[in-house]
Amino acid sequence: MEVPVLKQGPFLIATVQAALTDEDLVHLRKAMIERVVTSRSLGVIIDVTAMDIMDSFASRTLCEIAQMIHLRGADTIIVGIQPEVAFAMVQLGITLEGVVTALDLEEGLSYLKEKFDSDA
Amino acid sequence: MNNIIRVPINTDKDIVAARQQGRALALSLGFSETDSTLVATAISELARNIVTYAKKGVIQIQSNGNSRPCIQVIAKDRGAGIANIKLALQDGFSTSGSLGLGLPGVKRLVDEFKVVSKIGKGTAVTFKKWKS
Repeated sequence: MEVPVLKQGPFLIATVQAALTDEDLVHLRKAMIERVVTSRSLGVIIDVTAMDIMDSFASRTLCEIAQMIHLRGADTIIVGIQPEVAFAMVQLGITLEGVVTALDLEEGLSYLKEKFDSDA
Repeated sequence: MNNIIRVPINTDKDIVAARQQGRALALSLGFSETDSTLVATAISELARNIVTYAKKGVIQIQSNGNSRPCIQVIAKDRGAGIANIKLALQDGFSTSGSLGLGLPGVKRLVDEFKVVSKIGKGTAVTFKKWKS
């Protein structure tokens, strides 16, 4: 299951469509860093609304994506973590420390636009 | 009733299949979305342990309990076994370079949790979650 990535101005939006296997997540990590480089993006939104769960591997991979993109000088925002998924993550001991999160795509975009405007 | 669902675990795709089966059973027993997600997350972690450490194994999922619905999951493999179960149940411990949330994390998600392991024979992790 490939995750489609859309370019929206200086930002990239990756929308997870269904449950992801480990291989899908590793592929997403590679695809995101490549797209950030080729598109010269300033910010990335990863919409995880459709993810059924977020276990240790998924959260570690998302953290790695955010860290790699940060080293490229761009921002990453994870949006759409479902309430029951968030509950399970905290019980499991996952905090996604250092990763910016937002309620949904709209909030994520307005966060990036605000930051981009104030930086400009 | 009380059918046993057996999901062979050989690749990362099987991890998704196992947790989806677990969630479906939990929902069919009337578990809340939250509790069903806890069950699915626990299964995902145990199935990944199988793929990471033992390469292959099986996840058994069954409903168990009469007056109050319960899900029982057994994750079995014939891998190397766990040398020190007490250590493996400590937060932050990992031999694979992962986060080390594995077993202690799973224990926090469920109601009953048991690990039986023999060096060179394999590991069986059993958990139960009751409908709240």
